[in-house]
Amino acid sequence: MNKKHRMFIRMVMASLLRRRSRMIVALLAIVVGATILSGLGMIYYDVPRQMSAQFRSYGANVILTPSDGTALKDSAVNQSMAFFPSEQLEGYTPYRYENTKLHNLPVTLAGTDFASVLKTSPYWHIAGTLPNQNGQTLVGKHIAEQFGLRVGDSLEPINSFEVTEDMDVTALLPEEVYTDPATGERYCDHILSLTVAGILETGGSEEDYIYVTLSDLKDFTLTDRGYDIVEVSAAAREDALKGYLTAINQQVSGVSAKVVKRVTASESTVLSKLESLVLIVTIVVLALTMICVATTMMAVITERRREIGLRKALGALDSSIVAEFLSEGLVLGGIGGLIGSILGYLFADVVSMNVFSSAITFRPLLLPITIVVSVVVTGLACLIPIRSAVDVDPALVLKGE
Amino acid sequence: MSLLELKDISKIYGNLHALDHVNLTVDQGEWIAIMGPSGSGKSTMMNIISCMDKPTTGQVIFDGRDITKDSRRKLTEFHRDKIGLVFQQFHLINYLNAVENVMVAQYYHSMPDEKEALEALERVGLKDRAKHLPSQLSGGEQQRVCIARALINSPSLILADEPTGNLDEANENIVLDLFRQLHKEGTSLIVVTHDPEVGEVAQRIVRLEHGKIASDKKNEQFAE
Repeated sequence: MNKKHRMFIRMVMASLLRRRSRMIVALLAIVVGATILSGLGMIYYDVPRQMSAQFRSYGANVILTPSDGTALKDSAVNQSMAFFPSEQLEGYTPYRYENTKLHNLPVTLAGTDFASVLKTSPYWHIAGTLPNQNGQTLVGKHIAEQFGLRVGDSLEPINSFEVTEDMDVTALLPEEVYTDPATGERYCDHILSLTVAGILETGGSEEDYIYVTLSDLKDFTLTDRGYDIVEVSAAAREDALKGYLTAINQQVSGVSAKVVKRVTASESTVLSKLESLVLIVTIVVLALTMICVATTMMAVITERRREIGLRKALGALDSSIVAEFLSEGLVLGGIGGLIGSILGYLFADVVSMNVFSSAITFRPLLLPITIVVSVVVTGLACLIPIRSAVDVDPALVLKGE
Repeated sequence: MSLLELKDISKIYGNLHALDHVNLTVDQGEWIAIMGPSGSGKSTMMNIISCMDKPTTGQVIFDGRDITKDSRRKLTEFHRDKIGLVFQQFHLINYLNAVENVMVAQYYHSMPDEKEALEALERVGLKDRAKHLPSQLSGGEQQRVCIARALINSPSLILADEPTGNLDEANENIVLDLFRQLHKEGTSLIVVTHDPEVGEVAQRIVRLEHGKIASDKKNEQFAE
């Protein structure tokens, strides 16, 4: 670096550091612009993720059913779940349904995994608690009303069947098994003793079931045939979901995977509208910010017309003046962009915490993008007034008066 | 050989003849005071000599070369190499200190050199104020920095526009002493002033009136 370059840097730095109040005004305009740009950028890119998570309160958006009319096995379910990226898979819940009787009236028992049920059905309203051990049940509101059940009450559904030779009867109590004296065949009235842990209210068909643990249902039916349905909740866009499901349908035998149209379609519509809204707001704010930065830089440069005139009177070429003033603008743009991108992240995080109640995902790529946009905008904003300022007549601006 | 020759120079703004067929010759090492009332054409003449303006008609011959038809860029380069300017308002860059203000002129001329710039400040008696910003200097000190800046590139001609207009008597004397010293060293000086005391110390006094040279006399009282 020769003396000329050193002097160039010295002049630029002196202008930035010794004209602090003016530079702070310009820097502030750039920082505000960069903050909004970076903040809205982060929000724009994070909205789909945030909203997908929010939409999961609608419940499962994917249903797995047996394609061959039998039941879903654990291995097929696990294989299917592997197609969902772990960060998108909110949870999945298997269900197995069995018809039985309670007080001689037909009822349906639904075996499920209570540990995961609220991940796929977060809208369930439960009076009492979710069952957390075998022997406890969650009773649908209709069933509770039909049988006058309340939290803490006991119920004993009965599974009546013929005992065949191949059955494993170790789980049966001796008093449950009896022989028909006419035919000599053995029968069993297998009882499942349950305590109501909670009453389920959804406003839907779920109120017609008695939910028990999968383990209780297996003991009750003496079989472990698999699941009738598996509900999946995945925080992914409709097109991505369809991709996963196509892969599952093609590669996992015995599984039919479908999206829950009413959920995914409305999610998709709301999401694309929200994205468009945020994009429009971002563009409008960016345009306003550019105008604000340009106006500020124009004011800052215009007030230095006399200095530009002096430099010309000292023999500066136009290109030299443009380079000096532009460098100041670019340095300011870079510093403003850096500060703005950090503040933008904090701004986006505050917005995200308030609107979505979760932290924003930091996107490192937005940092250089914000700095580059900030430098370019500031550079352009400087260039226009500099170009007009270098046309000043030094004789006029340096007049004695 | 003359340093500068204005040949039949006119500058016309609409109907106004700011300069009207002016002829003037300045010899190498000469100290000229251009005097006259407001509106007499002093500033216009100054701007034409300093290449910051072009005449409507006529020729400007500097160092034997007609610069009247030169491009703007060429004029800037010519002016940068040949002329040092001293302003009434000093026109220092307010965020650069004294030595940096001097170095700016070097920067646009050739290569900045802090040592040389400090020597120029020493010459005007301001070496100890080299790191002060203009706002920390008195009017007289600022004018001396301005003179150091005008001198730094060893110009053929120093053009001073009302150089003592904003100074008190003490500082006025310091500046005039500096001019005397420069003149002794062979520097050509053109000082535009309406202050008779400043004009009377020059070697030659040119009076302008209504854009014309009303008188052009040697100063009999001029003391070498």
